[in-house]
This record gives sequence, C-alpha cells and structure tokens, in this order.
Amino acid sequence: MSDAVAYAYAVVRHDVEGLDEALADVVGVAGRPVHLVPQGPGSGLAAVVSTVPAQDFQESALRRHLEDLDWLETVARAHHTVIERLSAHTTVLPLRLATVYLDEDRVRGALREDSEMFTRALDRLTGHIEWGVKIYVEPRAETAGPVDPAADDGLGVGRAYLRARRAQRHSRDEAHRAAHQAAERVEEIGEAVAVGHARHRVQQGQLASEPGENVVNDAYLVARENAEAFRAEILRAAEGLSGVRVDVTGPWAPYSFATLPGTEPRAPDQAP
Amino acid sequence: MSGVDGLSGSEPLAQRQVALIDLLDRLLSGGVVLTGDVVLSIADIDLVRISLRALIVSVSAQNPSPWQGSVVSGDSDDTEAAP
Repeated sequence: MSDAVAYAYAVVRHDVEGLDEALADVVGVAGRPVHLVPQGPGSGLAAVVSTVPAQDFQESALRRHLEDLDWLETVARAHHTVIERLSAHTTVLPLRLATVYLDEDRVRGALREDSEMFTRALDRLTGHIEWGVKIYVEPRAETAGPVDPAADDGLGVGRAYLRARRAQRHSRDEAHRAAHQAAERVEEIGEAVAVGHARHRVQQGQLASEPGENVVNDAYLVARENAEAFRAEILRAAEGLSGVRVDVTGPWAPYSFATLPGTEPRAPDQAP
Repeated sequence: MSGVDGLSGSEPLAQRQVALIDLLDRLLSGGVVLTGDVVLSIADIDLVRISLRALIVSVSAQNPSPWQGSVVSGDSDDTEAAP
C-alpha cells in the first residue's frame, strides 16, 4: 500500500460554478486540503476527496482510531465542515464517515459504478434540507428532586413520603403523556410538510448533555421553501403542554436521507 | 438570521458548532454506504458503535448502542433497519 489513501466525503454534481474556489481554503480530515475528483468525460458527477496518510486510515488503524472518542470527534467535525461548505453551493450527497479508497482512480471507479443512482439521489435531494427534531420530557423542578419526608403536615413521615412519591410519579406520567401528544403533532406536521422522515435512536449517555429525557430523535427532509415554516410550526408543537420540550437542530445537509435505493433495505412506505 | 438562507447563499454553515451526538447520529447511521477499498464494512462500523457504547451509554442488554436500530422511512431507508 502506498503511504497515502483517498478519503471521500461526498458526491456532488461537477458542473457547479465556484465549487473549486469554495473548497480552496477548507481544511479537511487529518488537516488536509479538499479537492474535487470528477468521474471523467461525459459525466456530471464528482467526488469530494482529501489525500490522507495511509497509516491512520488503513483498516486496522482506522478501527482502532474510531474507538478513540477524541479522534472520532476530530474526524467527524472535519467531515461535517466539508459537507457544510459544499452545502452552501450545491446539493450534497454525504457519504458515511470514514469512506476510504486506495487512490483517486478507485474513487472514480466507484462513481462510475453507481453513477445512475448518485444522479437520482442528487435529483431527489435538490432543494431540500434536513431538520433534526428532538422531544424531551422534563420533569417539573418542584417534584423532580428527592422526596423530603420532613415536610410533615400532620400525616406522619411515612404517609407524607408516599404522597410525595405519588405526586412525583403523577407528574412524570403527565409529562410523558404530553410528550406523546407533542410527538403526534410533530408527525402530523411532518406528514403535511416534509417529504421524508427518518428515525434515529433516542439519545442517552454521557454525550446526551441536553437536560431532560430524550424520547424522540427524528429527522425530516423538507423543501427549502417550506423550511422556515416547518421549523416554526414544529417549535410550536409543545405549546400548552407542560413538562415537554421540542428542539429543532439544523438545517443539516441531508445526511439521514443520503442512502441509495437498491443497496439498502426498502422503507415500508415510499414517498413519491 | 436564518440558517436556511445560508444553505443557498454564500455564507458557509460551518461556523455553527453542532452537538457531537447529533453529528454522530448522522455520520454513523446516515450517509451513503459505499463498498470501497479501505472503507469499513457495516460490521466494522457496528464494532465502532459497540466500542463507543462503553463511552457513551452505560452498557446493558436493555440499553444497546445508540446507533443501532435507526429506522428511516419516507423515500429512503437506513442500513440498520435490516432485521
């Protein structure tokens, strides 16, 4: 293996004015510059690529590095920076993190092999953006803390404790019901306005630093002209509901909708 | 100021610092999966998730990797939707 390999970020249309210039000052993965690799004569496609050191991106090294959260974050943010820069100029078909080829000829080969599907996917995504929609249950502050059995109003410590526990549980149930209602409203808005809907796993653990319990973590593909209206409507989905919060992230490049039909299982319900 | 306009306009969106977890949701379970030369296979990416699971969520059978089982509906689908 040579000492450099090709890290591919995305597939784009090649005939976009100003794309080379837009990439000129972008720092990509491994601190490397980013450039276009056109498929070749007669094709409108190009891959977006950085030349990266093979020692860090061959299989065994990559597998080891990806377990290092700091390394993963650095690569993920660099990848995202490139995707965002491209998105300011053209429709982007992002590739899965850490898509690496031996050289640019092999990248061209990959473009050639699936060029029809890439073209179709780019057509489908043109003029659309992705919003992330997350719903959180937030137990109310006054009942979320530890039960204080000393707050005795003549019931005795045991009964006061049970009553407080009941109130706490009631508040939690109520918040979950409210979240369910918000989720239904969000899905209704999605059905009316969005052209695609993707579900991500709810966020938990150390990295899930937002307050509350994440119960919905979805993505919607929305036509750009409807994007602001969609966002505004989604943010109103929690209106009048207590103990529930709706967050919108984005606009994102259409990461959650960048899949090639035929290479992955079909969705049960297909949008037009 | 609207980020949506930024997508079509001249201002790059890279300035916004997004939450790592939102980014990983997209980069580890979204994006086109190509079979390349050095590209990690789906199984390898699953290994990454399993490894990261120790860092990201407390491990238990009831609490699998955050990137397993993502389901996409609409006009596309996701690898992890496979049984």
